[in-house]
Amino acid sequence: MRQINWFKYSSPATFYPLAGKLIPYFAALAAALTVAGLYLGFFVAPTDYKQGEGYRIIFIHVPAAWMSMFIYVVMAAYAGMGLVFNTRLSSLMATALAPTGALFTFLALWTGALWGKPMWGAWWVWDARLTSELILLFLYIGFMSLKAAIDDPRRAARASGLLAIIGVINVPIIYKSVEWWNTLHQGATIKSSGTSMETTMLTAMLVMTLAMWMYTIAVVLARVRCEILEAERDTEWVATELGKSP
Amino acid sequence: MNWGSAGEFFAMGGYAFYVWGSFGVTALFLLVEVVMVVHRKRTIVQRLGRRMRMQAEVKQ
Repeated sequence: MRQINWFKYSSPATFYPLAGKLIPYFAALAAALTVAGLYLGFFVAPTDYKQGEGYRIIFIHVPAAWMSMFIYVVMAAYAGMGLVFNTRLSSLMATALAPTGALFTFLALWTGALWGKPMWGAWWVWDARLTSELILLFLYIGFMSLKAAIDDPRRAARASGLLAIIGVINVPIIYKSVEWWNTLHQGATIKSSGTSMETTMLTAMLVMTLAMWMYTIAVVLARVRCEILEAERDTEWVATELGKSP
Repeated sequence: MNWGSAGEFFAMGGYAFYVWGSFGVTALFLLVEVVMVVHRKRTIVQRLGRRMRMQAEVKQ
């Protein structure tokens, strides 16, 4: 039986070319799913009986909010692996994930404001769901600033990794906030007991989520390649790699 | 099909500002992120390439 070396791709030198090969596939998937999701969202999903066409913001608001939480958990998991196993690639992955996570958090807040104004009459309310999502944005910004503020890369990874792990507590708070507190934000549409949504609306939302997921993988792989190059700039393999493609 | 005409589509039943403000800003920011990452990669490759050539000259 052939042995699989699970740690092979945890080495930056082997991961770098692999990531480069994978990016076009994820980018193509992201583009195709975006076209499909927008088509379903604008042309197939019917008008909402209560919110008219304004509800269509859901097709980016909910996927962006999901991604903002999901990316945070993945980022904290990588940061945790970096702390426990001391693998170089893990903390580089955490660093590469943070800007995209912060972007999706901002977009969830932005589209939420643009949805809240016509439906609630307010761009912003200090409601549990909105406030905890804002805290998520600050956690991402804190993670990035802390990492950038410490010169020694190992100490920077340790301090920011710890912050990322502690911050995970905020994710279930965001998720459950609509149940735990009385909020203006509506409750979960998709529950384990089933969904209250029309099928085509739900499909459009899920396709848009997949599109954002593929986009995230593509852009994070591209960014982690930058992080790898900078972290490993004095190694032999980077010299060979750069010699290959000037 | 939900729309009788292109004008109806862009009007979004009176929610044009909110709907296009959401989709437009999202598209713009994702695009900007991609451009930034591509630009960063190019800058790093150029900088490290220069560094390598300088180190090679020092060795000679």
